Amino acid sequence: MAGRPRVGVLALQGDVREHLAMLEGLGADARPVRTRAQLDDVAGLVLPGGESSVIDRLSRILGLRDAIVDRIGDGMPVYGTCAGMILLADEILDAAPGQRTFGGLDAVVRRNAFGSQVDSFETDLDVPALGAPPVRAVFIRAPVVERTGERATPLAAVDGRVVAIEQGPLLATSFHPEVQGEARFHRRFLDRVDGLG
Amino acid sequence: MSENPQTTTGTARVKRGLAEMLVGGVIMDVVTPEQARIAEDAGAVAVMALERVPADIRAQGGVARMSDPDLIDAIKAEVTIPVMAKARIGHFVEAQVLEALEVDYIDESEVLSPADYVNHIDKWGFDVPFVCGATNLGEALRRITEGAAMIRSKGEAGTGDVSEATKHIRTINREIRRLSSLSKDELFVAAKELQAPYELVAEVAEAGRLPVVLFVAGGVATPADAAMMMQLGADGVFVGSGIFKSGNPEARAAAIVRATASYDDPKAIAEASRGLGEAMVGINVADLPAPHRLAERGW
Repeated sequence: MAGRPRVGVLALQGDVREHLAMLEGLGADARPVRTRAQLDDVAGLVLPGGESSVIDRLSRILGLRDAIVDRIGDGMPVYGTCAGMILLADEILDAAPGQRTFGGLDAVVRRNAFGSQVDSFETDLDVPALGAPPVRAVFIRAPVVERTGERATPLAAVDGRVVAIEQGPLLATSFHPEVQGEARFHRRFLDRVDGLG
Repeated sequence: MSENPQTTTGTARVKRGLAEMLVGGVIMDVVTPEQARIAEDAGAVAVMALERVPADIRAQGGVARMSDPDLIDAIKAEVTIPVMAKARIGHFVEAQVLEALEVDYIDESEVLSPADYVNHIDKWGFDVPFVCGATNLGEALRRITEGAAMIRSKGEAGTGDVSEATKHIRTINREIRRLSSLSKDELFVAAKELQAPYELVAEVAEAGRLPVVLFVAGGVATPADAAMMMQLGADGVFVGSGIFKSGNPEARAAAIVRATASYDDPKAIAEASRGLGEAMVGINVADLPAPHRLAERGW
C-alpha cells in the first residue's frame, strides 16, 4: 500500500487516545472506529486497553460485532492490547457473565490474571522477535495466555506465563506499549497492514 | 509477580494507566452485591462500593465514613470489573485499610465527612491509585501534586442536579485553555495563582490537558446528562444516586452507558432515553443551604 496506511482504533471505550497518538507518530492515518462505515474504511484495527466486558457489550449494541468478526475472518491485521487481547482470543477464562469475544486468535486467555490493581506492575520484558533492548512493559489488571493453540506463536513470557502472542495478521499483548511510548509492536502491526498491498 | 529486579508496582504509570483504561466509561455507585451485579451487567467500567449513596447521606445526615470491609469484600466477590471505595478526606488510615482490602482505586471523597480540614492524604505513599474531586484547575493540580492518579470534577453529589457538574468541568477546561494561551514568562504567576507547582502548570499548558484522566461526577441522572458531560470534554462519568434512586435502575444504567459511548450522536441518545421510567426526583442545588454543599469540602 503506497502512502500512509489507514488504520482504525476501536473507539467504544478504553485508551483510544494513546493508541491513536502512537499510530499517528509512526506515520499512519489513524482514525477512531465507532461505526460500521468507519470500520469499512480502514485496512487494520487496534483493539485498545479498556474493560473487555464493556467493549464486547457496546460492540453488540452498536451493531459492530458481526462486522469485526467478519473482517478478522477475512484476514484484516489486528493488534489487541490487554482488553484487546481478551477480545481477540477464541476462548476466555474468568469472563463476566455472558461475555463474548470476537475470536480469531487460537488461544485461551485468562482475564485479570495477576490480581487486583495493587498487583499491577511494570517490568523489563525480553521479546526475542523485537530484539534489543527489552520492552518496558506496563501490566494493568492484565490478562495472560493460559494456553497457546497450534496456529499461534508465543512472543514473550513473564515467569513462564505467555504475555505476547502472534498468529499471521493477529498480534496481542497483555501489556500496554501505548502508555509508555514503546513503538515496536505498533510498527509490527503497521508492517502487516503494509504487507497487504 | 515476577522475580525480575526491574519489576515495580505502584508506579505513576501503572496508577494513571488504570484510569486511562476506564476512559469512555461509566462508574456506578453501588451499596449491595445485587446492585453491583446490575451495574456490571449494564456495562459499568467499574463500581464504587459504599454503604449509602450520596442522596441518602444527605437525607440521613450524621458522619459518613469508609464502608464496612465485609461489604467491600462481598462486592469484590460479585463482579469482575474494578472496585473502587471511598475514604474520608485526610483519613490516611481508612486509605491503608482500603489498600489492605485490595480495592482497585480509592476515592478520597468530599461525599464522606472530612477527617482532616487541613491536609489531604499523601497519596504517593500508596501502591493503590487515588481519584480525587476538584471544582477548579488549581484544586485538581494540588491533588495531582499529592499523588492523585485520576481527577473527577465534584459537581454536587446526591442532588440529581447536573448544574454544578457543568460548572466544574467547564471551569477546569476553561482554565486549561487559558493556561495554554499564556506566554512562558506568564506561567510563573499562573502557578502562583493556581497554588500549584510551576513544573506541573507548565506541563498542563504545553499538553492542553491534565496529565491524568478527568471524569465528571455529582448530579448526573439521565443519558442526556452523561452525554453532555462527555461533549464538554469529560473522559467519562461517575453516576452516584442517579441510577439506584430511579424507577428502573437496570434500564437506566444500561441507557447511561450507551449514551456515554455515543455521546455525539443525538439519535442514539434519544433512543437510550426512551422508556426509562421515573428519574431520581432530586434537589435543586440552588435550594441547598451552603453548609450542606459537599463540593465546598476540600481545598
